[in-house]
Order: sequence, then C-alpha cells, then structure tokens
Amino acid sequence: MSSFPDFLQFVFAGLTSGAIYALIALGFCVVHNTMGIVNFAQVDFVSLGGMLMFSALFAAGLAMPLALPAAVLGVTLAALLVERIGLRPARSDNPLILIFITIGLSIILRGLMSLIWGKNRMAVPPLTSDAPLVLMGAAITPQALWIFALTLAAIALLVFFFYQTSLGLAMRAVASNPTAAAVVGLSAGRVRAASYALAGALGGLAGVLVTPITTLSYDVGVLLGLKGFAAAILGGFGSFPGAILGGLCLGLLESFSAGYLSSAYKDVTAFVVLLLVLFVRPKGLMGK
Amino acid sequence: MTAKDKILYFLYLHRTGLTVTAFAAFVLVFPLVEDNPYTLGLTNLIALYALVVLGLNLFIGYAGQISLGHAAFFGLGAYGSAIATTAFNLPPWPAMALVAALVALVALVVGLPALRLHGHYLAMATLGCNIVVYTVLVQWHPVTGGHSGFSGIPPLALGDFVFDEEGRFHYLVWSFTLLALLASLNLVRSGVGRGLAALAADETAAACLGVDVRSAKVKVFVLSAVFASLAGSLFAHCYGFVSPDSFGIFRSVDFVIMVVLGGLGSIWGSLFGAALVTLLPEWIEVFDTYKDLIHGLILVLILMFLPQGLITGLADLLKQRLALYRRRLESRDADA
Repeated sequence: MSSFPDFLQFVFAGLTSGAIYALIALGFCVVHNTMGIVNFAQVDFVSLGGMLMFSALFAAGLAMPLALPAAVLGVTLAALLVERIGLRPARSDNPLILIFITIGLSIILRGLMSLIWGKNRMAVPPLTSDAPLVLMGAAITPQALWIFALTLAAIALLVFFFYQTSLGLAMRAVASNPTAAAVVGLSAGRVRAASYALAGALGGLAGVLVTPITTLSYDVGVLLGLKGFAAAILGGFGSFPGAILGGLCLGLLESFSAGYLSSAYKDVTAFVVLLLVLFVRPKGLMGK
Repeated sequence: MTAKDKILYFLYLHRTGLTVTAFAAFVLVFPLVEDNPYTLGLTNLIALYALVVLGLNLFIGYAGQISLGHAAFFGLGAYGSAIATTAFNLPPWPAMALVAALVALVALVVGLPALRLHGHYLAMATLGCNIVVYTVLVQWHPVTGGHSGFSGIPPLALGDFVFDEEGRFHYLVWSFTLLALLASLNLVRSGVGRGLAALAADETAAACLGVDVRSAKVKVFVLSAVFASLAGSLFAHCYGFVSPDSFGIFRSVDFVIMVVLGGLGSIWGSLFGAALVTLLPEWIEVFDTYKDLIHGLILVLILMFLPQGLITGLADLLKQRLALYRRRLESRDADA
C-alpha cells in the first residue's frame, strides 16, 4: 500500500514542518548560548510574526515582498523591547527564575496579541500562488518551496553573521566563555540584546512562513514553539547544526508516524522517540 | 533561665509542630466560619494543588531538579481512580492506593532513565511525558472518553459518611494536605532531606559527601509523583468528573509557577504559592479583558523583584529592614 509517491509526499510534508521547527530551534539556541536559559517567549515571536504579516498586508496595504521583511523586522524590534524591559532588570541569575520570567513574558505577549488582534482565527495568504507542483507523483506547494528557500537563506545569513561580523564574533565569544568575554571588554548586555533580537527575527520568520499553512491565531505559536524546543533538545541544546538536524528529524518523524501509523498519535510517536534518544544520548544528537 | 525564657525556648524548640497545630486548628474551624460553597470550593482546590506542589517543591526546591510534567501524574491519578472505580467497580479507597502504587511504578520507570538528564534536557523530557499522557487521554476515546471527559465517578465515603458536598470535601482534602505538609516538614529536617538540599546546591559536592545522588533523585521523584497521584484521585472523587484539559502542560507550568512564587525549597511557601496562583484569577476577574495581561505582569514582577519567592523574599526583606533599624537604634544609643 505504501507506494513511492506516498513516501515522497510524507518526506515533503516532514521537511516543510521540519524547516519551521529548525528556524524556531535556532532561535532557542541563540538565546540559550548567550543567556543560558530556555526562552519560552520564543513561541510568541512565531505568532507575532504571523500577526504582523497579516497587519502589514491588510492594514498597511504593503505588497508581499515588503510585508515579509517588515513583519520580521517588527518581531525583531519587539524582541529587543521584551529583553530590555522584561529580562534585563531581573534581580536573579538563577536560570529557573529567568526561565519562569520568560514564561510570564509569554503570557503577557499572548494577552497583548489577543487584545490587539482578537481571539478569532485568521488566514494569511501564501507568498505566491498556491497551485501545487507535481514532482514524481507527489505534490508540493510553492509555499513549501519558499519555506525551504528562505530557511536556507536564513541559515546562510546566520553563518555569515556569526563568522564575518564583529557582533557575531562577540556572540560566539560570550557563548563559549562569558567571563573571558567580559574580561576582554565585550558588553554582555549588548550581546544578550542582540541574541534576543536575532531569536525574535528567526521566530518571526518562522511565523510568517508557517501561518499560511496552518491558520493564524494569537496562540498558534505555542505548539509549534514547543516542537521547536523539542527539536533543539533533540539536536543537542545550543548546537546550531544540531538544531537544524533536530528540526528536520522531528518533522520527518511526525510526518511518517502520521502517514504510516496513526495521525491521532503522531505527537506521541514523536515525543516517545525524542525521549528514547535522550535516554541513549543524554546530550542530544550533536550536543557536546 | 527565667520562666519567660523557658516559655520562649519551648516555643522556639517546637515552632514547627506548633505552627502546624495552629494551622490545623485554623483549617478545622474554617468551614464553621465560612460556609459559602464557592469559597470552600476554592480552598479545596488550593488544598489539592498544594498537595501536588508540596511534592514538586521537594523535587525542585530541595533536590534542585526540574519537572514540567507533574500534571501527567496528577492526571494519571485522577483517570486511574475514575477508571478503577467505574469500569472495574473497585471500592474507592483501595483503588486510590492501587493507583498511587501504579503511578509510583510509572514514575520509577520514567525516572530511572530521565533523571540521568540535567537542566533543560530534563525539562524537555518531563514536558514530553506530559504531552504523551495528555495525547493518550484525549485520543484513547473508548477508555478515557476523549475531550468530553469522564463522568459518574462515585464519591469517597468513610462508613456512612459520604464526602459529597464542599464542606465535607474540605475535611477530606485538607487532612491529606496536612499529612503531606507534616511529612514534608519532617523529611527536609531528616538526614535524607539534608542530603537532598546538598544535592540542590551542588551535585558533585553532595556525591563526595556520600549522598547517593542517583537514588535520592529517583526516590524524591517517585514521592512527588505519589503526592500528585493522590491529589488526582481526590480531584476525581470530589468533582465526579475529569477531562484531559485539567492535566495538560499548562497545568504543569502552573504547578512550577506555584513552587517558584511560594519560594524554592520553602515548604510553607508551597501552600502559599498554591493559594496565590489559584486565587489570582478570581481577584483579577474584574479586569476581564486584561486578565491574561495582568496575570503575566504579576508573575513577572514578583519573579523580577523577589526572585526568592514571595514568602521567603518578603521575610528576607523584613529581616534586612529590622537589622538596619536595630543598627540605627544602637548607633543612636551610642551617640547619646
């Protein structure tokens, strides 16, 4: 019964959601590397990306090529603001307290979004037409191709940023040894703000790309974001190649278990495999 | 020693027992003073959550671990009791004990490999367990009733005394919570408890001092799971109805928020945290549309400015002020 086109279809579906998980996972890793915490507000950056895209298209009337960067930029600025007024004044360096502050911030962001955009479900149009292409018997939507292309572009930009710019170098320094980075005069506050903004941009991009496939609502990011966190952990928390690998693995795993086992239990399969991987490799696939 | 000193010393020596006795007395007379079923419903819910939070605080605050999945044990307890008493017609009390034992077994099986993990990995593993349990509760329709839930769970009874209205639940759930409180207070001052506190401070140092780190973690995990399971069973019998939404990951996050707001490693704080998080939505009901916003804001502000938790944080603040005040008095006396 499982023919090759079916298989290919599941691969496409898995890679599409996998790419989204990878983007979100990268956002988690960037913040973790410089601040040492899980930033649960990441899940709302995803929703916020979709929301801003919706407003840029319909309220501001921007064209698609302008609306996308505008939405991503908007989330980036929002993330900067959240870091500045939400995290930096905290009087504790206990990671558990900081993580729960991000959970509180996430509740606030969701509250704000439901106030501004309401709690109804909305639809965002895909980047270009939605007529699917057929490839060896399996259909693939142009939106999925956009997701692959823009995820790759984002990864390329990240590599450029981390290896070719001084801010990227500073962020790698703080990630590898915060004390030594402070000793040579790097401003930890600036680096943290930058990493938070970067996480916002990655989450926002994921939101802009995924909301045409799902629907848009103020809490659409929660489940996606948790999957992104799971992907980051699966790959080894803090490792960028791990985040990408983890995202794709999780996406494929979900898609195959939905296709071949049971769509009702696809989350169960995905998380059970995640747990088994962690039990065998407690630091994730590519963790150190 | 004067008589006054003796009395003060006696009070100081027995401060824990006396506070618990005073609190128990308060709980005992509370329904006589306050008989509004709605208020009693809220305080009962506080007692149920406090039971979970007490165990969770031992695990997080004392053993220094993290669990974002305790609602799973809470849910397993509730559904376990529900299914055992309706589908298998077991009497409620033995069913409750049996379910608690089974949940302990589940916690042991999950805990043995999962507690090898640290920090964020442990958080993800427990979160994953919770998602798995939640999905099964939703999807295993013939047994759990799916999204619409499971009703017709018989109430608990002692002889002819049936716990079927809020005033009676009050005594039932609070006696469990008080016993758990007493057990936790004793545990943290025993050798085992001190070992756990050492574990929270530094795992390697604790191991060097002879604490069996691995087994200590698993034991306290199992204990906290049993507390959660008992709370779940009581929840099922008190309300006669369970649905998966009471046992999702947001409930788990709420439990940890209760621990953090009450103060990590503060046993009395657990009660306070459970009360605060349960009552907060009631108090801010007047803000209606801004409810989520204010809920998040209060959480963030407390964590930001009193990171030790409200009780411990305010107590520290008070001590600090008092010391400064004494110092000022002394220096004024010295000047005079």
